[in-house]
Amino acid sequence: MVEMPDGHMGEGFFATSLDKVIGLARKNSIWPLPFATSCCGIEFMGTMGSHYDIGRFGAERVGFSPRQCDLMMVMGTIAKKMGPVVKQVYLQMAEPRWVMAVGACASSGGIFDTYSVLQGIDQVIPVDVYVPGCPPRPEAIIDGLLRIQDLVGKESLRRRESEHYKALLESYGIQ
Amino acid sequence: MPLTNETIKTRLTEKFGEQLTGFEEPYGMLTFEAPKKQNLKVLNFLYDDEELKFRFLTDITGVHYPDKAGRELAIVYHLHNMVDNVRIRFKVFTGINQPDVYTATGLFSAANWMERETFDFLGVNFVGHPNLKRILNVEEMDYHPLRKEYPLEDQTRIDKDDEMFGRG
Repeated sequence: MVEMPDGHMGEGFFATSLDKVIGLARKNSIWPLPFATSCCGIEFMGTMGSHYDIGRFGAERVGFSPRQCDLMMVMGTIAKKMGPVVKQVYLQMAEPRWVMAVGACASSGGIFDTYSVLQGIDQVIPVDVYVPGCPPRPEAIIDGLLRIQDLVGKESLRRRESEHYKALLESYGIQ
Repeated sequence: MPLTNETIKTRLTEKFGEQLTGFEEPYGMLTFEAPKKQNLKVLNFLYDDEELKFRFLTDITGVHYPDKAGRELAIVYHLHNMVDNVRIRFKVFTGINQPDVYTATGLFSAANWMERETFDFLGVNFVGHPNLKRILNVEEMDYHPLRKEYPLEDQTRIDKDDEMFGRG
């Protein structure tokens, strides 16, 4: 059960702020977009499966079209040549959108400190949550999802219009 | 009669004489060296000869030997005779300042991508190649990463503190 947000309750009515209601709805119905390139993707498959079951957190509808998804989960080594593809998939997602970097490679390049590998996807797109591990256990991925839920639930409805957010996108060369 | 390394060597020596050098057989695989201007002649001979029939190009690759002045880059051809199931390997060497080698694309279509790869990683200029551009690395890359003059680690990374990695 989802906890009720703060508000005023009386006989036959409940009043709270729109922010909280929308946050509540969004955070419990996240559609993840798996961008899986290697072993972290296998861990995600475990996370998706019946044993760990990411569906318990309202995220069982894994979408394979970026246009419908809210959360991009980048799992695995991203080669420099893959960088523009990650960025393009990110651009195809509609706002509001969140990004989770799963595992050492997506977060920092991991063990692949070499000429061909992107040293962390935050060089091409903004990242909300980093999940450490090589690869992380499903519990860690679920923990990452819960932290994304925190961010989603508490996000102000005006954040995406703010100067701060625009400056963030601008720093990645995204209009 | 099965095709032996001895036969191949004899046929090659009959045809090219002293030009082919460095014959050896590591793990039973005949290996030799040719002058770089002769690479196509050798490939063509190995292909056309009715006895040798090396008509499958397994691989082209390169090696950088920074200490061998004047012959820093080796281009290695692996050939396979599918009829007798015999493999050979031959190398040409070129200087790094003018790494021009004739392309084998006229003889083997498979050489196209292999030569692009060798160009990409070692900067060997295959003269006559129809489309010599990078194949695996990003196009903006302005160096050839398998040459041993570049550090292996990514130089764009600024967050790595050497002390944290026990090498401060």
